[in-house]
Amino acid sequence: MIAELGHFALILAFAVAIVQAIVPLIGAHKGWPGWMAVAIPAATLQFVLVGISFFALTYAFVTSDFSLRLVVINSHSLKPMLYKVSGVWGNHEGSMLLWVWILALFGGCAAWFGGGLPDRLRARVLAVQAAVGVAFFAFIIFTSNPFLRLAVPPFDGQDLNPLLQDPGLAFHPPFLYLGYVGLSMSFSFAVAALMEGRVDAAWGRWVRPWTLAAWLFLTIGIALGSWWAYYELGWGGFWFWDPVENASFMPWLIAAALLHSAIVVEKREALKSWTILLAILAFGFSLIGTFIVRSGVLTSVHAFANDPERGVFILLILLFFMGGALTLFAARAGAMEAKGVFAPVSREGALLLNNILLAVSAFVVFFGTIWPLVAELFFDRKLSVGPPFFNAAFTPFMVALAIVLPIGSILPWKRASLGKVLRSLRGAIVLSLAVTALVWAMQTGRSALGPIGLGLGTWLVSGALVDLWLRTGRSDAASRLRRLKNLPRADWGKAVAHIGFGITTIGVAGLLAWQQEDIRVARVGETFTVGAYQITLEDVRDVQGPNYLSTMADMRVEQDGRTLAVLNPEKRVYPVAKMPTTEAAIRNGVLRDIYLVIGDAQEGGGFAVRTYIKPLANWIWFGSIVMALGGLLSLTDRRYRVAAGARKARPAGVVPAE
Amino acid sequence: MMMRILAVLIALALAPLATPAFAVLPDEVLEDPALEARARELSKELRCLVCRNESIDESNAGLARDLRLLLRERLLAGDSDEEAIDFIVDRYGEYVLLRPTMSGANLALWLSAPLMLLLALGIGAGYLRRRSAAAVAAAEAEALSPEESARLKDILGQ
Repeated sequence: MIAELGHFALILAFAVAIVQAIVPLIGAHKGWPGWMAVAIPAATLQFVLVGISFFALTYAFVTSDFSLRLVVINSHSLKPMLYKVSGVWGNHEGSMLLWVWILALFGGCAAWFGGGLPDRLRARVLAVQAAVGVAFFAFIIFTSNPFLRLAVPPFDGQDLNPLLQDPGLAFHPPFLYLGYVGLSMSFSFAVAALMEGRVDAAWGRWVRPWTLAAWLFLTIGIALGSWWAYYELGWGGFWFWDPVENASFMPWLIAAALLHSAIVVEKREALKSWTILLAILAFGFSLIGTFIVRSGVLTSVHAFANDPERGVFILLILLFFMGGALTLFAARAGAMEAKGVFAPVSREGALLLNNILLAVSAFVVFFGTIWPLVAELFFDRKLSVGPPFFNAAFTPFMVALAIVLPIGSILPWKRASLGKVLRSLRGAIVLSLAVTALVWAMQTGRSALGPIGLGLGTWLVSGALVDLWLRTGRSDAASRLRRLKNLPRADWGKAVAHIGFGITTIGVAGLLAWQQEDIRVARVGETFTVGAYQITLEDVRDVQGPNYLSTMADMRVEQDGRTLAVLNPEKRVYPVAKMPTTEAAIRNGVLRDIYLVIGDAQEGGGFAVRTYIKPLANWIWFGSIVMALGGLLSLTDRRYRVAAGARKARPAGVVPAE
Repeated sequence: MMMRILAVLIALALAPLATPAFAVLPDEVLEDPALEARARELSKELRCLVCRNESIDESNAGLARDLRLLLRERLLAGDSDEEAIDFIVDRYGEYVLLRPTMSGANLALWLSAPLMLLLALGIGAGYLRRRSAAAVAAAEAEALSPEESARLKDILGQ
């Protein structure tokens, strides 16, 4: 019964979205306020209806209602509660339902907090948002209905893929979707602005918080996924350049570019049409990402044939929205007259370079990701494009970005002197070169990656600190320190995000350059040495988990005769899904992780054991969190609250004082 | 071709039942550390054919193990890196290479990054030139004409 309610609510939401996509658009065109106002209650209603639908599905999962096909395929009565809930979005149908719910949430937010927007723009934004919704409601209802019943319910379910039964992955998809779908807001703003034929500083200020929110969720989502891969897949890789990963990384790169170009629109009224194009592309890459993940066309050639209907449907959605938006762009972009003028060496110039590097790198990832498909379709060559290509083609862009970032971030607007800026960065330059030289001298291998990566990371972090310090003016240190506290949140956000990028750079370089690995057969009681650590395999025993069987080892890690930890790597078998997983045991540390994996019993006795020393591993995800924190700080800046200001009624015709 | 597809399908069907293993197992490791290091580096460049998107160095699949053993056999037999890779490509096709070759149409892939960067830099430079030209024009528009400056001098002189 509850499932039927959910099903019905979903169909109602579809109908509401159709109304919301059409009526306000006509109203905005004709200037009828009543028609435009329809968008607001419609957005709220849509959000509530999809919410009901989502909770109905969650209820079915939580109560293990095995008359629902989806629950049978993806759940099991013995599964822990957390994974019963996360199982709702751990599959195609449920995750698409979450997708549209978040889409409706963003639309709702624009309706509730968008009071500061001109009525016409808001009506158009909500209509475009609803149009995207219509397409995805149709997709769910006609190709991926989560509420299908089975005539003969089985006794129990088939369980969720054990790899997905993990706290890190439980929250990975919602964050990723908040990011993916959040970019639909930037898209809706861009298309609405094109319809209006007008982009100004105010538009830049309105679109930026949405992009910022989407970008920071995407950052957290990607970091969670990468962290999960690190501890779950059993050998501590953190990025694989898998098509599905690239699908989330491309919108991230474009969103990062968009964040920066929207600043130029807001502050200087330049780069307008480019910013609009980026906003369209950012969501375009989100849709491409959804297509890649949902159709399976790139992960495995077979999956596409399994479900051509879904792939084709998403491809049509992609073609419709990108084709429509880009046509509108081609027709209207010429009218976006830039106002601000600036010299090549200026903040605007630096942000343009930032945009070029980020956007081109996103296209490089895109090209590499779809190349196997292109090669097979047009050249009849079956080939793979893997990490060696991406590392070679993509990394130079990030290195270039890291080199110019601290310089660009303190260049003055309009016109600047490079010499003056470099003089203020003297300290940071000396420090980074010193770190590079020191690391080069101290390291045991001959890798250039480590010293360069750590030097660049230091350069980013120290450059961001110099940036903050320069913002405090020219008086004595005490009053500058005082002023530091009162700097706008956006300044802090910028510095913190850039520091985060530096920290991640250090982590990636350190891990890739100095990882140590040891593979051996160890007998119970045996002690072996890896790096500076002595490791003893003390015991191996069988443990019964809630829905799995585990072979668990007790391994003592010692350094100089002092016990650091007793770790319990596991090897699990999930009998229902007939799948084994490795659960690595990790001793986290600031400077290094100790990463232990236990394998099969060997024929001659003993167990296969793998030990990794992973230097600076945690810096990768810590840096990502710091980046997201920077985004959050920036998002809470006063000027967005004033802009979204919205909630406070103000007399018509009065410009809000800032 | 049909046989290969069949083989892949069978491997896919059996994969979940196969004994779960590690990527590189202790019994695969070569005695000679230098040779083993070469084998590891080469393994990272070769794709496990039955996996989603893993190199044979990372994969647990049986086929990946076979390929690792084959690669080590070739290295022990004295093959150079290129010879060993070619040996495997001859048998399993170009699909096995994670680093696409720089031949034929693949040149477009390898050149895409530098070409797109040059194109973007060119467009960006053009934009900058227009913006700074606009700056000069704006400055000129604001500057005084000769008559105006003469008059200004006149007024100031008095």
